[in-house]
Amino acid sequence: MTKQLVKGNEAIVYGALLGGATHFFGYPITPASEIAHAAALYFPKTGREFLQAESEVAAINMIYGAAGAGGRAMTASSGPGVSLMAEGISYLAGAELPCVIVDIQRAGPGLGNIWPEQGDYNTVVKSGAHGNYQNVVFAPASAQEMCDFTYQAFEIADKYRVVVFILSDAYIGQMMEPIEIPNTPREGDRKDWALYADAESRKNLITSIFMNQQIQSDHNKKLQNKYRLIEHELLAYEEEETDEADVIFVAYGICARICYTAMEELRTLGIKIGMLRPQMLFPFPSRPIQQLAQKVKKCIVVELSDGQMAVDVKLAVNGAIPVLEYNWMGGVVPTVKEIVERVQQDMKGGAK
Amino acid sequence: MIKHQKPRAFFDTFERKGPGQKNTHYCPGCGHGTAHKLIAELIDELHIQDRTIFCSPVGCSVFAYYYFDTGNIQCSHGRAPAVATGIRRTHKDSILISYQGDGDLAGIGTAEIIHAANRGENLTVFFINNAIYGMTGGQLAPTTLIGQSTLTSPGGRVQSRDGSPIGMAEIMDAIKTPVFIERVSLATPGKVMRARKVFKKALLNQVQKRGFSFVEVLSPCPVNWKLTPSRARRWMEEKLEPVFPVMNFRETEDLKINKETIPPVLKGEDLLNVFRVNKDQLHPPKAKEISDQFVKISGFGGQGVMSAGVLLANCVIAEGRNATWIPSYGPAMRGGTANASVIVSGKNIGSPLVDYPNVLIAMNLPSLNIFEEKVLPGGFIFINSSIITRKVKREDVKSIYVPASDMAKQGGMLAAANVIMLSLYMLASKVSDIQTLKKVIPLSIKKKEYIDVNLKIVDIAIEFYEKNKDAF
Ligand SMILES: Cc1ncc(C[n+]2csc(CCOP(=O)(O)OP(=O)(O)O)c2C)c(N)n1
Ligand code: SF4
Repeated sequence: MTKQLVKGNEAIVYGALLGGATHFFGYPITPASEIAHAAALYFPKTGREFLQAESEVAAINMIYGAAGAGGRAMTASSGPGVSLMAEGISYLAGAELPCVIVDIQRAGPGLGNIWPEQGDYNTVVKSGAHGNYQNVVFAPASAQEMCDFTYQAFEIADKYRVVVFILSDAYIGQMMEPIEIPNTPREGDRKDWALYADAESRKNLITSIFMNQQIQSDHNKKLQNKYRLIEHELLAYEEEETDEADVIFVAYGICARICYTAMEELRTLGIKIGMLRPQMLFPFPSRPIQQLAQKVKKCIVVELSDGQMAVDVKLAVNGAIPVLEYNWMGGVVPTVKEIVERVQQDMKGGAK
Repeated sequence: MIKHQKPRAFFDTFERKGPGQKNTHYCPGCGHGTAHKLIAELIDELHIQDRTIFCSPVGCSVFAYYYFDTGNIQCSHGRAPAVATGIRRTHKDSILISYQGDGDLAGIGTAEIIHAANRGENLTVFFINNAIYGMTGGQLAPTTLIGQSTLTSPGGRVQSRDGSPIGMAEIMDAIKTPVFIERVSLATPGKVMRARKVFKKALLNQVQKRGFSFVEVLSPCPVNWKLTPSRARRWMEEKLEPVFPVMNFRETEDLKINKETIPPVLKGEDLLNVFRVNKDQLHPPKAKEISDQFVKISGFGGQGVMSAGVLLANCVIAEGRNATWIPSYGPAMRGGTANASVIVSGKNIGSPLVDYPNVLIAMNLPSLNIFEEKVLPGGFIFINSSIITRKVKREDVKSIYVPASDMAKQGGMLAAANVIMLSLYMLASKVSDIQTLKKVIPLSIKKKEYIDVNLKIVDIAIEFYEKNKDAF
């Protein structure tokens, strides 16, 4: 099939509709707005529902309704909007409703700015609202992955009855690249637990309140078992040049793209560097990182945050090798040159 | 006509509350029980049990699903109207009941109720106004009366601090879209009878798909008012009703059926075709082997720097190579310079950012000032010499001066100076065949009337190139 030049944010909508999305509820915010723009065009055009909500709070609750009614619902936002959705996300997790949420990360805290950051990692991956729950989190690094991961996200959301996040950033969202669209459109099936406003589903109840402590406790255990199953069944990452590497980058999203170029340059300079790129952040590729830590001498986590993902890398490495943190914040994105020079500096005298 | 057997829309025993349970969890004399019973009877009467979905709030009625043998969804505090909106967008024929307390609807959920009303959602809202937060033990509600003592207004509600009791029916009446707004009271059996008629009207409206109906229900909470059930009812008549007049606010007779034309749901091939592109008719030449291009196109907003970048990327992709395009965006685009970064490569592209271009297309002076220093030695700078009067200072780059704005103006479209520059860059670098650009233009330019003039402008650029070949 012919490749077409598509913006990352727009690719989300292509992947969503081909992945069976039925509803988009959203509220505008830079740098995620193009997703709503494309959804406003393509959802109605293909007979699906688009509605601009009065707030992100309303949007996430509309999703709760549509998902409870058996739909494949989604929204897209950025930091401030995702923060507003927190309570709703916890309700979705508690009631085990599937949906897809896209976070095109911008700089924070507060209003911050519209340039890329990866400071929502904890909020999204560690599930920043109340209670013990977990989102499944994809981390695309190209327009193609924006499309493909969103396409897959709806299947995963339905299968496990979980919230699936696409955790991206302003650059991956704004960038245009050639993509190939998935060639098998999908549709959700009727769900035996959902509300269809008919006799068959009348008995169904969507709720997250269990006043009996034991029942609430059992419910929590069931959720935890589900998350362990997801960890067992889902994992997505890519390794580049790790076979004979002395040192590896761990990076996702735009950082992975920059590291890829830095890696190529460093290899021409004689530094044996590879990369592990998580394509999913929950489940986190802890096992492969742990295995690499047995082979390489150093690990460098490159992030547009204060080292939020580095915590997970350190847990996986478990003290086996030094984990260096290269962090940028506030919308400042490193150049390839900066990274190359820093690695050269840190590798002086061999990989210590 | 209040029936005395249990409505079918209620479960026989309340198993969700506990095995064999027959009593509700509501306090003696609570209005919720009365309101529930009226709704259950009407669900029977209107034969809508199977298609009803009861949206319960956070508040004492959070457990409405213990009782209603209908579809049930428990919503977060204040958001039931948004949840119902989501369901309405899924099942057009469902009957949706948003049942909310005064903390839920008039406090935390004001935005959701106002916007659901304003959209005219086909929805029935029962707003139980008991002038207090019941479930949490009796705190100040937006509807608490002036002077009324609650746990969080121990000396009584004070207007200067707490504001005054909010009239939600009156607020609804300020919105054009609702078809039905009425306030009722459960203070006496006679008023309950009236309430039943109003409830019925509000539900019937939804059955007939007329739109948004709002019923405010003055309802006793004896426990938190610290009154006996009978004193509580008297208090309602003496204190509550004068502040919240029991009356009809709106009853629109004209049918307001949503006549939205819903396009068919596309599936399979039809769905794929929406997203497919067919660029096969381009028959582009095979890409030439050239080194990676790191292109920065920069100029004023409106000079088409973004679209020039997109055209370039499209040409390159059509010829089977890789490209990335990334804009400068946001406030930077409102005045000042805007720039697009395009990378062209035969391989996978890592970073899409162009920190150090080997090609700079400078459409205005600020662009040249910003990026001249960054251009890699041996790189190219294309200068729009119609606007940029100074020369390039660097001597380790190749500078090409093109009066692009003048040429574009002669061609009939000043705004197409970007196409002049892009064409010349293509001709000089062979990054893509100029014929590919001519094929891509008709596919990329949205306004069809601009296609011919843009194609003409490509020809002007070709002519310029032929005449000035030495300069390249
Ligand atoms: C976000 C959030 N804030 C606060 C609460 C606590 N809370 C539960 S019920 C309630 C008030 C309910 O009062 P009202 O809506 O008047 O209903 P009633 O109990 O009087 O029927 C509050 C504040 C909550 N559950 N969620
Ligand atoms: S606290 Fe008030 S509203 Fe709640 S059940 Fe008791 S009487 Fe009813």
